[in-house]
Order: sequence, then C-alpha cells, then structure tokens
Amino acid sequence: MEGEEKKNKYSIIIPTYNERLNIALIVYLVFKYLPDVDFEIIIVDDGSPDGTQDIVKQLQQVYGEDRILLRARPKKLGLGTAYIHGLKHASGNFVVIMDADLSHHPKYLPSFIKKQMETGASIVTGTRYVKGGGVHGWNLMRKLTSRGANVLAHTLLWPGVSDLTGSFRLYQKSVLEDVISSCVSKGYVFQMEMIVRASRKGYLIKEVPITFVDRVYGSSKLGGSEIVEYLKGLVYF
Amino acid sequence: MKHIVKILAVVVAISASWLGLLQTSIVSQDYTWLLPIYFIVSLGCYGLFMVGIGLMQFPTCPQEALLLQEDILEAKDFLKQRGVDVGSD
Repeated sequence: MEGEEKKNKYSIIIPTYNERLNIALIVYLVFKYLPDVDFEIIIVDDGSPDGTQDIVKQLQQVYGEDRILLRARPKKLGLGTAYIHGLKHASGNFVVIMDADLSHHPKYLPSFIKKQMETGASIVTGTRYVKGGGVHGWNLMRKLTSRGANVLAHTLLWPGVSDLTGSFRLYQKSVLEDVISSCVSKGYVFQMEMIVRASRKGYLIKEVPITFVDRVYGSSKLGGSEIVEYLKGLVYF
Repeated sequence: MKHIVKILAVVVAISASWLGLLQTSIVSQDYTWLLPIYFIVSLGCYGLFMVGIGLMQFPTCPQEALLLQEDILEAKDFLKQRGVDVGSD
C-alpha cells in the first residue's frame, strides 16, 4: 500500500472564473489534507477580470510552480473544454475534478483516494445523497428541483449512481480521456453526461459521501436554461 | 445501443401487452381501455411519492458550514503570513 501510494500521482483540475479568494483557500486546504500524496493542482482560469491569475501566481511563489500549474485561457469557453484543456497538461495517472467555489471541500480527497485504492475503481464520485453526505444552504425550491431531477433521471436513465450532478470526482486519467471525448453537452448537464456515459461503457464507478456547502463566496452558475438542457440530455444519452 | 432505444423497447413492450389484452378480452374491454390512464396516473404518483420521500429525507449538514468557516479563517491567516493577497474581498 505504501509503495503504491508513492507511485500514484494525482492531477487536480480546478476551472475558475472570478474565484480569487476561493482558489487561494482551496489550494491551502488541498495541501493541508494531502500531506503525503504526490499531486499537482492545475488551475484553468478563463480570463477572470478579478485578478484570479495574480493570486495563483502568488500561490505559486508559496507552494512552487511544479505543484500549482496555471493554464489560463483568454476568455470564458465553458466547463467541458476547461477539463479537456486541463487534462492536456496533467502529468498524473489520476485526475481529480472539483469546483473552485468551496462547495467541494478538499478534506474529502483522502477518502476518494482510499476508496479508489481499495476497489480499483475507474471513477470515484462524491455523492451527497447517502449516509454521511449532505447539502447545506439550499432553499426548498433548490431541494425540490434536485430531487425531481434525480427521480426523473433514475426512472429514465438507470445510471447506477445516486448523485448524477455532483461533480467532485476522481478519474483514472485514461478513463477520463476516453469518456470526455464522447461527451457533447455543456455546463451543468456535462457532469451528468460524463457519469452516465462512463456507466454505459462499463467502467467501475464507486461512491464516497461528501457534504456540499453551497456558495460561501461568489454566485451560483446554474441558470434556467440548464433545466431545458437537462431534460434534452435525459433522452439523448 | 442508444439509451433511447431501450426506453422505446420498454414502451413498445407495454403497448404490445396492452393490445394483447384488448384482443383476447380476458378482462372486460371497458377496463382494458382505461389501463393506460391508470398506468400514467400511477407513474405520476410514483414520481411524486419519490420526490416527497427525497425531500423529507434530504440530508443536510449545518455543522459543515461552521467547520468550513473555521477552515477559511485558518487558510486566510496562513496565506496572509506568506504574502498572498487574500484580504481585499
């Protein structure tokens, strides 16, 4: 086990847009909770006007340019392509994808890694809807939408995972490359498509409980048109 | 196989068995005609029921918000000492 831990390298891809404070906090927390793990943080910033990239450069001074990679893009080009962009620069054999807004807490990273090692899974996905998981900061409407979407998806898609839209995941790099290349949707639905396609391709998917504290800083990126996309996605995949 | 094909297959299978029932008239035709409506209504009930259950058992974690606040303060302290500009917002 010890030896295996040394061999594995984890590339943590974090897409950002106007997350100057959050990205600093996340980087600190990742280093705090993964003291003995070989990892790199790849920040894909879509030309944030708030100076996110300046902060990342300051963080590079503290933690080293080999641990924190800034791979910026000139403008907002979408979440899906941000992962593809980050993936090109990833040198690890595992890739972690997480949001920059602190709704995904780095303290769960060790449990993702442990779960993967125990089961040999291709994908470990964080789920909010099992024992030990949970959500904080959602109003009734948000809960209703989430439950409704989940019931709809489970009735029509039979995906085999309990949390489709959660995007805190650990992938084997080759698996992510394979799945991501066949995905067509954008934004919020993209997360669902990834896991459903992976499940259809027969990859072993395991779940770990995570908690989700919504929007400590910054604003939500979920719009109304996402719901229409979601419904289209249900039938299309 | 595209997933939509599987869904259509299920729909076709259900329609076929319904047509079969209509043809053979094992049960009274009046009932058989109403079966699709019962089916749709019960599907809707199932959906509402599952959403209701999900809402009632929705897992929340208010303590996590507090823990996160502590982590944030700790992180800010550390980063400020190292000269990272975290104070401006």
